[in-house]
Amino acid sequence: MSEILTINNLNVTPKNDPNRFLVKAAGFSLSPGKTTCIVGESGSGKSLTALTIMGLLSKQLQSSGSVVFKGEDITLLDNKSLQKIRGAKIGMIFQEPMTSLNPVLTVGYQIGESLTAHLGLKGSGLKLRVESLLQQVGIPIERANSYPDELSGGQRQRVMIAMSIACEPALLIADEPTTALDVTVQAQILQLLDELKTRMNMAMLFITHDFGVVADIADDVIVMFRGEIVETGTKKQVLEKPQHPYTKALLACVPDAEGKKQLKPIDYAWLKDGLNDKKAAA
Amino acid sequence: MSIENLQNLENAPVILQANHLVKTYTQSSGRFGFGSAQIKALDDVSLSLKAGSTLAVVGESGSGKSTLARCLLQLHPFDSGEVLFEGKDLAKLDANSLRSMRENLQMVFQDPFASLNPRMRVGEIVGEGLLIHGLGSASEKKNRAAEQKNKVQQMLERVGLSGSDALKYPHQFSGGQRQRIGIARALVLQPKVVVCDEPVSALDVSVQAQILLLLKELQHEMQLSYIFISHDLRVVRHIADEMVVMHKGKIVEQGKVVDIYNAPQQAYTQQLLSAIPGRKAA
Repeated sequence: MSEILTINNLNVTPKNDPNRFLVKAAGFSLSPGKTTCIVGESGSGKSLTALTIMGLLSKQLQSSGSVVFKGEDITLLDNKSLQKIRGAKIGMIFQEPMTSLNPVLTVGYQIGESLTAHLGLKGSGLKLRVESLLQQVGIPIERANSYPDELSGGQRQRVMIAMSIACEPALLIADEPTTALDVTVQAQILQLLDELKTRMNMAMLFITHDFGVVADIADDVIVMFRGEIVETGTKKQVLEKPQHPYTKALLACVPDAEGKKQLKPIDYAWLKDGLNDKKAAA
Repeated sequence: MSIENLQNLENAPVILQANHLVKTYTQSSGRFGFGSAQIKALDDVSLSLKAGSTLAVVGESGSGKSTLARCLLQLHPFDSGEVLFEGKDLAKLDANSLRSMRENLQMVFQDPFASLNPRMRVGEIVGEGLLIHGLGSASEKKNRAAEQKNKVQQMLERVGLSGSDALKYPHQFSGGQRQRIGIARALVLQPKVVVCDEPVSALDVSVQAQILLLLKELQHEMQLSYIFISHDLRVVRHIADEMVVMHKGKIVEQGKVVDIYNAPQQAYTQQLLSAIPGRKAA
């Protein structure tokens, strides 16, 4: 079995309203060395799916279904065993590098934290490892003693990446890691992530709403709409020959850099009919 | 952008012109912030907006584009230079004449969540400008109030909301709807120039397409001239006729959008354009 993570029939609902599905019957699997992008609008459930995999769902929400990581259903694990996986075997990068770093600790310390916790590294061994990580993400090693506010947005996101890959995870989840960055910085970060993925043979789950980013980084694409996965396929299939009416409509909203395309907003009323037709036909 | 539009662009009169704008911010620096450093947010910036056209201002964060927007509308004082609206220097006007001039110069803000007063009803927000400028043809105060109410309702309907929404509060609307309210607020005064500061960057791509089309339609109907501030070069390609590229407070390149996208002259512009995500694949 080459899949590193397989999700089956994943549902997320509020605890006090179990009939309202925020994520409904989601299922997909990820393989090593491949980048899978989840795209969708806000509220489509893409971030919730990622949080469920990490077991970081808010207390007001509950999930059902299975998340099988390396042959083990991690939804059945208690918090202590889950902690051994989180940060060590599954890394995560968040959207906002300003708020996800601790402002009163040096970045070197923060990168080292998970190495101490998971691998028991200390002293000069730890220092060497932190420096090598900084080098890998393209930050000068003297920066280990800097505080987050002394770094630019792009550098902070590089620090986040260094933290998330510190224990060489098998799976990296990146939730809109470049949304807050300028385009030129975004291009650099995307390239860095792509290189790291190839070198470490990680599976990467990349959440984004930007089809341009999808075109740059994805191998496979998952399209979510109102909590449901409406289409999955390789990047080429989804971007060039979308099958589902929602994917087609969403792609028609994306402005292109050549300015050839006429923008066409989504007609949700039509889409609803379209969806029902499709369900009736199936 | 139509071809007819392009030909008209050559002959269109200049409606808003900025000459040699300079704006310096003083930032405290050094130990305990006792020192001070001068940051040139605008460094000899000149541009001209032709009537009925859209001029995009692009650049990365910190390049001075939002400062430029605010200086053009006299919301920020600037150190030197002049802003001419229909040939009149706005900086030389006294407070009263400037206020009456503002009828013609309106702004649509970036964050639809922060830019609407949560304690005011939508009708009040949109109608406030009419009230301040005492607009309306009726001589009696009572009749004028009714006329203003009518105008507000018509404007709300024009931007795709309903007249009854005037009684609701901003929190009852989604991000895209709030941006429509912001547009209604700016346009109800029938301005000549509208400065849009990143009007779609906080929105989902599907909503973004709706708002962009709405802005284009309204431009055509009301003969508006837009200054369109954006960091998204794909959006700019769709909406603008001409553009200026800003970098560190200076304009590094300006011209027709088509020309710059086809053959960028400056290294910085080339770098920006090549960083547009999805360009390689598209």
